[in-house]
Amino acid sequence: MTASVTELTVTDEDRRIAWLATAAVALALVDAAIPSPLPGVKPGLANIVTLVVLLRHGWTTAAWVSGLRVLAGSLLLGNFLAPGFFLSLTGTVFSLAVLAAARFLPPRWFGPVSLSILAAFAHIGGQLLLARLWLIPHDGVFLLTPVFAAAALAFGTLNGLIAARLLAETPAMEPAS
Amino acid sequence: MRWRTLLRPGDWLVMALGAALVAASLPLLWQGGFAERAIVRQDGQVFAEVDLRNRRQLEVPGPLGTTLISVEPGRARVVADPGPRQYCVRQGWLARPGEIAICAPNRVSVQIAGRTRTYDSLSY
Repeated sequence: MTASVTELTVTDEDRRIAWLATAAVALALVDAAIPSPLPGVKPGLANIVTLVVLLRHGWTTAAWVSGLRVLAGSLLLGNFLAPGFFLSLTGTVFSLAVLAAARFLPPRWFGPVSLSILAAFAHIGGQLLLARLWLIPHDGVFLLTPVFAAAALAFGTLNGLIAARLLAETPAMEPAS
Repeated sequence: MRWRTLLRPGDWLVMALGAALVAASLPLLWQGGFAERAIVRQDGQVFAEVDLRNRRQLEVPGPLGTTLISVEPGRARVVADPGPRQYCVRQGWLARPGEIAICAPNRVSVQIAGRTRTYDSLSY
């Protein structure tokens, strides 16, 4: 047997991202199992992980965790490169972009709930935009905007509250030893 | 721990802004106006334009026989059609502007129209 030429060194950061992404994928699967009255109206439970990671470990780690979650989640659900995959990818990219700016809001006034709501609106906004430009090139797509916006507000608040509670109740993880 | 303590002042502001956004988008739900008229076509030609304020029955002759259309306040439907698959009958009541039921074999269609023509057609 020849020795491998390339050596991959796994850092503690890599391990942490992998664990957090696993948690996010698990929640994404739970999400997919919850019946929804309308495609697009989903709790988005995996975003709880994104929020906690963002506030604990920073934006880069959060982006990695979200990206891996979208990829691995789509492979497990069997919609990799299907329209649903691109919709969730677009939503994630948009909400990460908004979070990149929103994390600089003064934390004394704006907590996880604010970040969660802003991300949820960015998520559905990006998805509607993609749907309009690519999947259903017709303004009729926007007819259901109020429903999606209401869902974004409700689930954004809920996920934000859960994330805030997780952050308040669990002590900050010390670097893996 | 009480949930309320997890909310910071700005969170309430963001929630209020979100609610305002939802409220502002509500008119989109009935964009296109209300159903006002039913346009009945036979062989592509307008056979009748019926006001949706009154109750009425229409008999439209076609190559296969007679298609029976019923109009009620705010809605219209195909009641009977000689076509083999009955798609237009099973579509049931049409109530939104742009909705259309097409009985292709008998070349009859019923379309709901509002004040403004937002869409060519809507189908589900």
